[in-house]
Amino acid sequence: MEQNLISLVENKLKANFADAFVSAEMIAEYPTFIIKKDSIADIVKFLYNDEELQFQYLTTLAGLHYPDNKGEEFGMMYQLHNLPKNYKIRLKIFFSVNDLTVPSITSVFSAANWMERQEFDFFGIQFKGHPNLKRILNMDDMHYHPMRKEYVLEDGTREDKDDKMFGR
Amino acid sequence: MSVQKIYMSTTNKIEQVKSGNTSLSNGEGRGEAKEYNILNLGPTHPATHGIFQNVLKMDGEIIIEAESTVGYIHRAFEKLAEHRPYYQITPITDRLNYCSSPINNMGWHMTVEKLIGVEIPKRVQYMRVIIMELARISDHVICNSVIGVDTGAMTGFLYIFQMRERIYEIYEELCGARLTTNIGRIGGLERDFSPKAWNLLDKFLKDFPPALKEFENLLMRNRIFMDRTVGCGPITAERALNYSFSGPNLRAAGVDYDVRVMNPYSSYEEFDFMIPLGTSGDTYDRFMVREQEMWESVKIIQQAIEKIKKEPEGVFHADVPDFYLPPKEEVYNNMEALIYHFKIVMGETEIPKGEVYHAVEGGNGELGFYLISDGGRTPYRLHFRRPCFIYYQAFTEMVKGAMLSDAILTMSSMNVIAGELDA
Repeated sequence: MEQNLISLVENKLKANFADAFVSAEMIAEYPTFIIKKDSIADIVKFLYNDEELQFQYLTTLAGLHYPDNKGEEFGMMYQLHNLPKNYKIRLKIFFSVNDLTVPSITSVFSAANWMERQEFDFFGIQFKGHPNLKRILNMDDMHYHPMRKEYVLEDGTREDKDDKMFGR
Repeated sequence: MSVQKIYMSTTNKIEQVKSGNTSLSNGEGRGEAKEYNILNLGPTHPATHGIFQNVLKMDGEIIIEAESTVGYIHRAFEKLAEHRPYYQITPITDRLNYCSSPINNMGWHMTVEKLIGVEIPKRVQYMRVIIMELARISDHVICNSVIGVDTGAMTGFLYIFQMRERIYEIYEELCGARLTTNIGRIGGLERDFSPKAWNLLDKFLKDFPPALKEFENLLMRNRIFMDRTVGCGPITAERALNYSFSGPNLRAAGVDYDVRVMNPYSSYEEFDFMIPLGTSGDTYDRFMVREQEMWESVKIIQQAIEKIKKEPEGVFHADVPDFYLPPKEEVYNNMEALIYHFKIVMGETEIPKGEVYHAVEGGNGELGFYLISDGGRTPYRLHFRRPCFIYYQAFTEMVKGAMLSDAILTMSSMNVIAGELDA
């Protein structure tokens, strides 16, 4: 089933968004599609409305940070679900640290509102078109985005807590 | 103004707010602009059962607008998880939905098992099902009895809480802890069910149905309770799906999405149970769906006990020495066990690279773990799909045009757990 699904979605995306499609691959049981970030909102909308696919349930979305991938330091992951047919796919976008604006999908899914706010809070990804983009879990006056890899868990200047051996 | 008249004008206002005309009493009376009250409900309010702040714009007793603030007990779990070995993340999951922490623990173990590709023996899977269904019962017991409390019915809450205590005694026998259980290990359970645990479980299964029946008799067809909850805080199936609701809240709105059935894990496909559904998505439906789910959970536990009897005795973990800690006697007396123990504790075990998503049906919805491993001793990225973080954002929409006391009831019936909300 998953094999059919991956080629089905791939063909549809290639037919409608030829410029935005980058690659498709199976990761665990999830068909995963990498696409260009500017089309993410349009593609999500297309997958929502398409007669055959109807991905009308947003399972989750999450920010990603790979500081060593130059030019594609940041990423976003979206998981969509078609409940009647039990189709599940994952969309990914990658983009540079110099341009952190991503089209918001709140116009398609109301649920994306707080989820995107959380990723803004954690990674500083700017969602274009979001109705209320401000921090949600952390304090408003925090001046950094804590889930980025460069921010250490504990105060880096402390010398009394050396936990290197235990993987911290 | 007579009481009847006040009541009429209130219902008219509610209708107006629902139809989107929020400038309801503008110039009411003498042509002056209407002033609204701003009410700060929370962060620590005795009626909200946790730390939630809602700033409400009120017209008398009716909520015109609401804004939620969350994050008061944010503990940066996703960041913490990037700095801990896999087995040390289990206690973090305890503190998500702490009313049903065993489900969170099991969900995390299964995520890691999916990543490293472990085949779990059937007996362990059934034991996990028993633990998870007990956790579901304890979660629903709390939520439903608290709905009773918020409508003014304290008695049911006090009676049924004895049953939650009995479940906690079973946990205590299985893992030594009661609330934040840290139950099970990657690859199985830390110990077999003891004879005492089986006894407690049998006794619980005997005593729970009559207690639940008694609880239902107090509330289910109670005129006052029904008047209070029917039509309170409703949401349509369409809106609920758009807000990515899951669990009992989604099913109360009439959508039959249950992770246990749609994407079975831990051998749920072998069990015979129903998915209770509501129709209107209001507080009463949410209450009823949870009520019915508890009966189904009891059925599942009974089936699991029967299934375990057919499995070879004494198996309580998979044979994965790389990930499962050896018994202490062997660590002290056996070289191989010592090496494995050392490697696991020091985080030197080889974890494959990969990316998995695993979801379980938690107490209040689809609890998902999105895990990226780069082969290091800690996850590269771990994202929790926390059901109540996602559906709590619909709260402001659901209480618009409702009375203040209905908002309290709506919140408690949505089963929003602060620990999971703020992660």
